[in-house]
Amino acid sequence: MLYREAGDYKTTYAKDNQTFPIKFDRVAYYVLLFVAFCVVPFFINDYWANAVLVPFLIYVIATLGLNILIGYCGQLSLGTGGFMAVGAYSSYKLMTSFPDVSIIIHILIAGVITAAVGMLFGLPSLRIKGFYLAVATLAAQFFLVWLFNRVPWFYNYSASGQISAPERTVFGINVTGPNVDAWAQYMVCLVFVVACAWLARNLTRGNLGRSWMAIRDMDIAAEIIGVNPLKAKLTAFGVSSFFIGIAGALLFTVYLGAVEVGEVFGISKSFLVLFMVIIGGLGSIFGSFAGAAFMVLMPVLLKNVLVGGMGWPTDVAAHFQFVIVGGLIVVFLIMEPHGLAQLWRVAKEKLRLWPFPH
Amino acid sequence: MNEMTDNSTVGYMTDDGRQIGGTMMEMKNITLRFGGVVAIEDISFDIREGEIRAIIGPNGAGKSSMLNVISGFYHPQEGEVWFHGEKRPTMRPYKVAQQGIARTFQNIALFKGMSTLDNIMTGRMTQMKSSLLSQAIWFGKAAKEEAEHRQKVEEIIDFLEIQAIRKTPVGRLPYGMQKRVELGRALAAEPKLLLLDEPMAGMNVEEKEDMSRFILDVNDEFGTTIALIEHDMGVVMDISDRVVVMDYGKKIGDGTPAEVLANQDVIDAYLGVSHD
Repeated sequence: MLYREAGDYKTTYAKDNQTFPIKFDRVAYYVLLFVAFCVVPFFINDYWANAVLVPFLIYVIATLGLNILIGYCGQLSLGTGGFMAVGAYSSYKLMTSFPDVSIIIHILIAGVITAAVGMLFGLPSLRIKGFYLAVATLAAQFFLVWLFNRVPWFYNYSASGQISAPERTVFGINVTGPNVDAWAQYMVCLVFVVACAWLARNLTRGNLGRSWMAIRDMDIAAEIIGVNPLKAKLTAFGVSSFFIGIAGALLFTVYLGAVEVGEVFGISKSFLVLFMVIIGGLGSIFGSFAGAAFMVLMPVLLKNVLVGGMGWPTDVAAHFQFVIVGGLIVVFLIMEPHGLAQLWRVAKEKLRLWPFPH
Repeated sequence: MNEMTDNSTVGYMTDDGRQIGGTMMEMKNITLRFGGVVAIEDISFDIREGEIRAIIGPNGAGKSSMLNVISGFYHPQEGEVWFHGEKRPTMRPYKVAQQGIARTFQNIALFKGMSTLDNIMTGRMTQMKSSLLSQAIWFGKAAKEEAEHRQKVEEIIDFLEIQAIRKTPVGRLPYGMQKRVELGRALAAEPKLLLLDEPMAGMNVEEKEDMSRFILDVNDEFGTTIALIEHDMGVVMDISDRVVVMDYGKKIGDGTPAEVLANQDVIDAYLGVSHD
């Protein structure tokens, strides 16, 4: 009964256009923000940060990025892992070359560098689309991983070929390196997630977002009504790669601390983020959160149930995890091809009418 | 041909008393080939400021190709397109749109994943100027611009009487409504020249009447010049000021509806000729 728009009159176009048109949603959103910023940091421990919250937040940024490209602009990409590697390696080079500059700035610049690389690899999209474009971006994936493996300059000629993040502080608090606190990791990622989600929402609600969706839905008609396809596609690649670069930089600096490119940023990472986009729901900001949550939480949950709850041996449980997660994805996509976001939308439609059927 | 150029600034008066201006667009000796197929062969005609110009002809006559040439989607091998007294260089369709030419499609080409409102807002693409950064932070110019353009779009929604489906995804709308939304999207660009490719295809009588009224109102209230392709002869003869008739890529008639109806070539093309 709380979930109603009745009586909530909009008197300006700005109000009609707001992100959460229903009052209950707005309140829920602010409560959630409050809990995330002011409650969770006091209760977070290493296990929750490392296994659940920090990877979830980082993948949300990557999923937002890929969702802009695939869900909003309709350009299929399998280069996510490679672009995340660009973010990670640029942040590494920046951190080691300019140790005095704040890491936040490094991460942002890493995003900008990734945006440039993404736009470069997005150029084929002007000529090809669909699966052919996916294969072209696959080339980016393999080339970038090869590049960071083979050119020693990128890993500062270290003997192991790995990169590892030096200790850096924000406002005097450690955010990278081995001595980092769980809550500090969490807060850095949370700030980036909130900022990125806000940027993504703004970019997709306005003229640029409409030009992306026009290209996605019917590129010929889009061009005829005045969308410059070059500009629309390349901005989509740029913005998308900016987010993905930030996610890669955070994954390396804040979360993992040390990275071997083939292992962390391989093709499986591209697919993981792609699954998050598809399961969450194409063309939905909420879906990006839901998809990332599903793919991060499900294995953790299964592990707890199988090993902790049912007492299975760890190795058997680990294999069954793949089977079950894979099966669940298939079931999900058959039941709701438009992802969790669509389920959420349907639930909200029902809620608005509840308890009356019509 | 010469006669047309001579009169270009004079204009004429229609039967119902509207003043038609000088030449807005002139197609000079357009020839368009696809490989060995000649879709349009040496066609010239003009479109005047403020008039409703129809292009008719049997299936495969090259009417849609002609519209595609005007909207910059096809580039003719020979001939020139003149717009507002200037020869138009070969340009991409989005540049043509920026010049003030909007169009609808024979098969509806709406953006299926977007709402009616978003579809029509997309039509204002060429007018919206705020930068990527301004849109990203949604503060100042971008938000203000969005509200201003929303105002314009709401006027068009009122004009087309589609208030009730404002937030409905266009994929869910019935055919006639989709046609109307597509007209709205083209109108949102506030075009100088509006191209309509079979605006009444597949409609019943009431829907055709509605659409005819909208076309006349657009011409009358906004002063928009309209070029349309249509198969329904009744509609064409009622609403258009001048008609070009095409057959097999050639122009076989040009003039007022009455003149065209009296033209023996046109009658032959439509009714067939006995070959005895």
